[in-house]
Amino acid sequence: MDDIIQGKAYVLGDSIDTDQIIPAAHLVYSMTVPDERKQYGRYALSGLPTDQQGLPEGNLPFTPDDMFESEYRIVIAGSNFGCGSSREHAPFSLMVAGAKAVVAQSYARIFYRNAVDGGFIIPFESRLRLVDHIRTGDEIRIDVRAGLLTHVEAGEEWLLNPLGDIADILKAGNVFEYARQAGFMK
Amino acid sequence: MGQTITQKILARNAGRDRVAPGENIWIDVDTLMTHDVCGPPTIGIFKREFGEDAKVWDPDKLVILPDHYIFTEDPHARRNIDILRDFAAQHDLPHYYDVGTSRYKGVCHVALAEEGFNRPGTVLFGTDSHSCTSGAFGMFSTGVGNTDAALIMGTGKIWVKVPETLRFVFEGTLPPWLMAKDLILSVIGDVGFEGGTYCALEFDGQAVFDLSMEERMTLTNMAIEAGGKNGVIAADEKTFEHVRARTDRPFDPVWSDPDAAWLQERVYDVSNMEPVVAKPHRPDNRATVSEVAGTKLDRAYIGSCTGGKLEDFEAAAKILQGEEVRIDTFVVPASTEVTRQMHERTLNGKTLWQVFVDAGCKMGHASCGACLGGPIDTFGRTQGTEVVISTTNRNFPGRMGSKQSAVYLASPLTVAASAVQGTITDPRTVLA
Ligand code: SF4
Repeated sequence: MDDIIQGKAYVLGDSIDTDQIIPAAHLVYSMTVPDERKQYGRYALSGLPTDQQGLPEGNLPFTPDDMFESEYRIVIAGSNFGCGSSREHAPFSLMVAGAKAVVAQSYARIFYRNAVDGGFIIPFESRLRLVDHIRTGDEIRIDVRAGLLTHVEAGEEWLLNPLGDIADILKAGNVFEYARQAGFMK
Repeated sequence: MGQTITQKILARNAGRDRVAPGENIWIDVDTLMTHDVCGPPTIGIFKREFGEDAKVWDPDKLVILPDHYIFTEDPHARRNIDILRDFAAQHDLPHYYDVGTSRYKGVCHVALAEEGFNRPGTVLFGTDSHSCTSGAFGMFSTGVGNTDAALIMGTGKIWVKVPETLRFVFEGTLPPWLMAKDLILSVIGDVGFEGGTYCALEFDGQAVFDLSMEERMTLTNMAIEAGGKNGVIAADEKTFEHVRARTDRPFDPVWSDPDAAWLQERVYDVSNMEPVVAKPHRPDNRATVSEVAGTKLDRAYIGSCTGGKLEDFEAAAKILQGEEVRIDTFVVPASTEVTRQMHERTLNGKTLWQVFVDAGCKMGHASCGACLGGPIDTFGRTQGTEVVISTTNRNFPGRMGSKQSAVYLASPLTVAASAVQGTITDPRTVLA
């Protein structure tokens, strides 16, 4: 688990479902073969309607056409992020694109669990609706241990919810390490 | 304080007498289900973590049902099937249902019920969010990602947070124009599609127990559309009959205690509910059919785990017999067993299959089909700005293929009535 995550924010609305995060047509790519794996970075968040791509302006694709990595490191979203299918390809695609964390008001539980158990990205929760305070492209820093999010230019700071139960799994790295620590796996 | 059915099942599989909502526990898994989209990456993670030659914890508890991307020329999709086939052969898996053979079934959640894998009191995890469907059999079932599934594949165990329970009680007698789909779309419209997040949704009341097993599955199937962890309906004689006809495996049902704690309870009288739809682009965007009647449509779709079961087609056929559809209407049976029965069951002397053919429907092969869009050549997939009315369970942007298309979700009765008119049509106007 990184101590500090810093980079550009990519801002989204409410109820971003897994088909918007990674459309079903792309799930055929191997998640391990390197040449195919990178397609997940290319198509991450490609299912968003264009006017919802990077708020408030929209029309800012997460990963530019024909690129495999995004310039954004932190996704800021409203409520119920990751609703819909159980596809682990969703948090995986954000990671492959280069994102390190999502900060949302709330999550759909399977996405949340997948993000943590796979060790793909850190799903932070924020009580405050940060979507209204941060714009796509703003430089953001998260102090992971302190649970503090800083808007670098404005100098504004917001406290995130404590990671709670999932901190142990995040610290272990993924659910397999966690299971090893619990003695269920060699 | 008593416990809910969900608590009792989880407690038993954790080797404990009782568990409380909010607790994180490790439990034993009775059945793990995976399919062609999530199976191959699950296998990849399993091999990475447990070793190339590692053994599946219990081959008899692993069920692999390819169903998503079956009738496509997409080479990657076909490779996924090859991976499943090789793995099943390598591990000598008894419950692999291979594509292109007589064993092929179709949509996993429907096949699990048909093949007797759903048994009261047991715990099932599946790499598919609609794994909550199996809860219709008085069991705990939920969806997980590939990583969790790989952990189960290697150890038979998984951690789970014990959910609170929301209880939905349906009283009264269901009128002939209403189906389980109307009930669940109403629930989702009421609680919102994150209103059940992290919770168990338990369905109760006489109207629920009056439903067939297939209709009960439509209720639990869409628990996830309210954000729920699992949907559950207590087992009764109908459940036992269904299960015993399909498996000899033992099972041990449990029921919620009368003094169990519910986070929330909602009571409905089904006798005065109306047919509803979910408007684009969210399953909780509910309207009564009468509010949106007349909306122009380009396409109708009858299929999926929630709306492609035999009774869904029986309902639609009641309306389509002797009629002709005015818009492209795609019919995709959920399973090969449903297809078989559609060729057998008759309505006024015609097989159900023939009713749809004569009405001008386009007939597909048992699979998920265009329910989730899928590869570009998928049967019924939207490619442009189509306005669709569908018996499926999700209508997020792009769910059926094209981001520009718009999908209304509705019961098979409403979809069939609308297909005949070419506009959203209240089934009451046709059935009266
Ligand atoms: S039919 Fe649709 S909802 Fe059901 S398992 Fe297939 S893709 Fe998922």
